[in-house]
Amino acid sequence: MIALAFFAQTLRIAIPYLLAAAGGVMSERAGLIGLTLEGYMLGGAFCAVAASFASGSPWLGVLAAVAGGALLALLYAVSAIRFRADQVVVGIAINLLAIGLTRFLLRLFFDSSSNSPRVAGFTSQGSGTGFGALVQNPVVWLGIAVIPAAAWLLYRTPFGLRVRAVGEHPAAAASVGVPVARVRYLAVLVSGMLAGLGGAYLALDQHQFTDGMTAGRGFIALAATIFGRWDPLRAGLACLLFAAAETLQIQLQGTQAIPSQFVEMIPYALTIVALAGVVGRAVAPAALGKTTIE
Amino acid sequence: MSTTDPTIARVGGDTPTPAAASAVSDRASRRASIEEAVLPPLVALLLAAVVGDVLILSFGQSPGAVYRLLVDGTWGNAYGFGQVLYKATTLVFTGLAVALGLRAGLFNIGAESQLAAGGFCAAIVGLLLPVGIPSLLCLPIYILAAALGGGVVGAVPGVLKARFGAHEVIVTIMLNFIVLALLNYLTSTRLHVPDTLHTAEIGSGVLPRVSDVVPSFQGSAANATILLALLAMIALWWFLFRTRRGFELRAVGLQPHAAEYAGVHVGSVTWRALSISGAIAGIGGLNYVLGYKHYYEEGFATGAGFLGIAVALVGRSHPIGIGLAALLFATLSQGGLAVNALVPKQMVDVLQAVVILAVATSVPEVRRLLRGARRSAER
Repeated sequence: MIALAFFAQTLRIAIPYLLAAAGGVMSERAGLIGLTLEGYMLGGAFCAVAASFASGSPWLGVLAAVAGGALLALLYAVSAIRFRADQVVVGIAINLLAIGLTRFLLRLFFDSSSNSPRVAGFTSQGSGTGFGALVQNPVVWLGIAVIPAAAWLLYRTPFGLRVRAVGEHPAAAASVGVPVARVRYLAVLVSGMLAGLGGAYLALDQHQFTDGMTAGRGFIALAATIFGRWDPLRAGLACLLFAAAETLQIQLQGTQAIPSQFVEMIPYALTIVALAGVVGRAVAPAALGKTTIE
Repeated sequence: MSTTDPTIARVGGDTPTPAAASAVSDRASRRASIEEAVLPPLVALLLAAVVGDVLILSFGQSPGAVYRLLVDGTWGNAYGFGQVLYKATTLVFTGLAVALGLRAGLFNIGAESQLAAGGFCAAIVGLLLPVGIPSLLCLPIYILAAALGGGVVGAVPGVLKARFGAHEVIVTIMLNFIVLALLNYLTSTRLHVPDTLHTAEIGSGVLPRVSDVVPSFQGSAANATILLALLAMIALWWFLFRTRRGFELRAVGLQPHAAEYAGVHVGSVTWRALSISGAIAGIGGLNYVLGYKHYYEEGFATGAGFLGIAVALVGRSHPIGIGLAALLFATLSQGGLAVNALVPKQMVDVLQAVVILAVATSVPEVRRLLRGARRSAER
């Protein structure tokens, strides 16, 4: 029973990571750094709440979140691909823009500087954290399906082959007729949609939007992308690992066994260790961060 | 100028020209580089003003009135101006830190945690120092402690990059979370004053405020750290443009392979640049700890690292530009508070992001357009 509750809690925490990390893998494999995942998630979370509040339907909320994530992703793609702006700078700007815009719109729509009114979401509020509540939530199923879907897309379809090609060697891809810019636009848009969906899950699960509610989860997803060596399945496992560590910390709360701050560090510390090559070298896609001339 | 500064204008591998022609082309290329440096920030400000208008109108206010209030609340009175100076001081340090990295071709996104670590170490030293030592005697100790705190945090990505090739962007981001969590743990479990998030006040060595000299600044946090910021600007300029180490650093930033071929040890330059970058950000922590509150408080550095990137970018990684850009961003963030009665101060967060985005996208575009125009003019 305890093991089941632990697993349910882990899954609940992992869903937004899985969605965003799948997006992170797509974006980074195409050569665009996934710094913006945090911004997409925050934007998606706000859109989900605003649209559900206006329409009363969580499904429209999910759609709006996907659109919101895609819109921020489009801005990132246009800046980095069309205008060849530095990806790191643009990425940071987009995260700041997401923070600023959601705060501004929170004041404009809901006249609050901290949180939105409550919205319905997919599950009723008192349904707890067990499996019963999880399986009712369609976004949970999307989160579970997204990892195998991303792996299939990346390794089994012509589009995936093109994504990997433009991330490794854009010049070679261009020379055999791959439309490098278009593939990159698509990969970034997909990452924005997936991360936006992750934000929607977060907001609808908590039945409201609160200022800065993603609280670094986009960066944890980025950490999972890197720790998983840019492979969807490994990144998915990394998400589960990070979520399990958080669950453990929540369950141990009160016993003071491990200070929460040290559990918070786990994803980030593991990522640094992976980058330093202590346990197997993490080799990034060769053209990552370079929006080169095609 | 270009005889002492061979990296400007000579990188493109132009064919050698006779002396007279080279003097003309030097002047032209100097003008060109100034145009390339100044135009993008202007484009960015224009775009930010347009976006600002839209946001203000969406709230049913008049842009003119809001901008007037913004200027009145910042440069229009001594208190507001003092607050701008205080905020700009921190941003000068984080901006210089990021700029030093950029000059070496490195992206230091860790300025926020380096700033926090610097402030934390200074506060710890302050708790250990006996009460009543004159400020001037303990100031060097504080500077050393803050530089060491920030420098160690900066050295980690530097060494990992030099030794293992780990990407400094990711490492500094991850390190931000780790260092802030660690400081948070140390403060909340061991050092805090009960029921607060800050340490006890330091006994000696607090810096005088501007209001001690000019009483009309009463209430603003501007303090003598401003002088340290000016010194840091001059020192960094000297280091970058007048020393061998600075030249090596810029050479690595422009073309690491060429620098290596010329005998520069790229790895050493990398970890040294990131360590110094961290140390500069760390010293910025004194502005809060020695100049304003006299203790370390959780979250005092929030946002200053990312704004430092904006400052370095808009200031084109040059100390003078950084000083101006720091004033600009400080004006925006203080101005947000001034206009909050008419439009939400969160508008400023959006404008700051728009400025960064516009500068980042217009820098390559402006360069391309200018070069295209020049080429067709030559024909």
